[in-house]
Amino acid sequence: MIELRDIHKSFNDHEVLRGVNLNVRKGESLVVIGGSGSGKSVLLKHIIGLLKPDSGTVIVDSSDLSGLDEDGLNDIRKKFGMLFQSAALFDSMTVWENVGFGLKRHTHMTDMEIKETAIEKLRMVGLVGIEDEMPSSLSGGMRKRVGLARAIAMKPEILLYDEPTTGLDPIMADAINDLIIKMREELDVTSVTITHDMKSAYKIADTIAMLYNGVIIATGSSEEMQNSADPFVKQFVEGRAEGPIKVEGINR
Amino acid sequence: MLIKFIEFIGAVIEKPLLGLGRIMVLLGAALKGTVRPPFEIRNIINQMLQIGVNSLPVVLVTAVFTGMVLALQSYTGFKRFGAEGLVGSVVALSMTRELGPVLTALIVTGRAGAAMAAELGTMRVTEQIDALETLATNPVKYLVVPRFLSGMIMLPALTAVTDIIGILGGYFVTVTLLGSSSKTYLRATWDYLELQDLYSGLIKACFFGMAFALISCYKGFYTKGGAEGVGRATTGAVVYSSMTILISDYFLSVWLFK
Repeated sequence: MIELRDIHKSFNDHEVLRGVNLNVRKGESLVVIGGSGSGKSVLLKHIIGLLKPDSGTVIVDSSDLSGLDEDGLNDIRKKFGMLFQSAALFDSMTVWENVGFGLKRHTHMTDMEIKETAIEKLRMVGLVGIEDEMPSSLSGGMRKRVGLARAIAMKPEILLYDEPTTGLDPIMADAINDLIIKMREELDVTSVTITHDMKSAYKIADTIAMLYNGVIIATGSSEEMQNSADPFVKQFVEGRAEGPIKVEGINR
Repeated sequence: MLIKFIEFIGAVIEKPLLGLGRIMVLLGAALKGTVRPPFEIRNIINQMLQIGVNSLPVVLVTAVFTGMVLALQSYTGFKRFGAEGLVGSVVALSMTRELGPVLTALIVTGRAGAAMAAELGTMRVTEQIDALETLATNPVKYLVVPRFLSGMIMLPALTAVTDIIGILGGYFVTVTLLGSSSKTYLRATWDYLELQDLYSGLIKACFFGMAFALISCYKGFYTKGGAEGVGRATTGAVVYSSMTILISDYFLSVWLFK
């Protein structure tokens, strides 16, 4: 469903991605793990065409994104739903207007119908009675849920999650994990999640891929990653500061 | 030595040229967006309210006091050689040709331009602009085009108001406060004011409207670096827009009044 071939990307002479190859099968839940600043978000933004690779190819549903014009890219994007790390809700709009934004722009539904659909999507993520609130009045966890409701409003085939549990308390983080699993079961979507939260990764992943130094250094199931002999993977999944991965800014 | 010098020149001009190039690309995208459907009517009306109607009180105050002080100063000066009868012409010509468009543009830049840069900058650093793209919405069309069009339309409209209110302010000081004849003031206004003075001022305003909206949107749209970046973008929007307005004013005057 999604294929990344030899993706290279640099910012100001700093090469963030150095030849990433990745395959996501239809219906699969892939989790990309990696340290802060390892390029996970950059990788995710390539999948939905927010960033263009310096070289390499991104293929979604047999379409090469680099060969698409704006309309073509927008057609592909309608297959996606994306939950941003900060939720990225439009703060000039109410909750239901946020959730119904895609419907308003790309369907002929009336405002009444959009609001009803938005309320239904909000209920799916466990939120009731907040549709008329402004995003600024919501807690971090609620904002992520509204972001998720917005991401699923257009019935996407692929869901992208950018650090879905970062900044949440452990209980809310687990509730978001459960929602990610629920979305997959109920909506039958393919999902790509980036995170450094290993507990979350083990819970939601069919496959885990580790990004280090701009390339995917290991791919496997949760168990395979947990039992990996690769010293880099082992250090990361066990969360140790000592090992071959150097912690930036700390000299040992 | 020569290579070092060329490298130095290159390093100095690289950033401004890059910025200029990106503004031109944004201008191209904005112009394309203005003629290609879907048209963001709701956003355009909203921005026209923001830029036009909400700026009206501050523009009115500026206009009336500018007209008043202009009349007061010219009256005092002209009285020395017995030409107080020409105060009406000085106020009318200064307002329509110069002060109306320039002052309105500077006031609106400080108000609406800063707000544009801050709003778009915040949307950039909180990933709201990325979110628009993931929802298959062109952010230039959705955010920049309505602001660009509103700037282009509302600044001439506000300038027309400034011209009229400024002339009335001048009338109030000259006739009511300084006791000059109403007939003389009005005749001096109408006899020397030509249609070209009015429309060339409005053409200037139209250009200033496009310039401040484009620069403010550019600064906001390409904001980097969190809250500090938003602050930098806002300051940059006001400074660069004001400079562009003042510098281009000279060249537009040369072109329009040759």
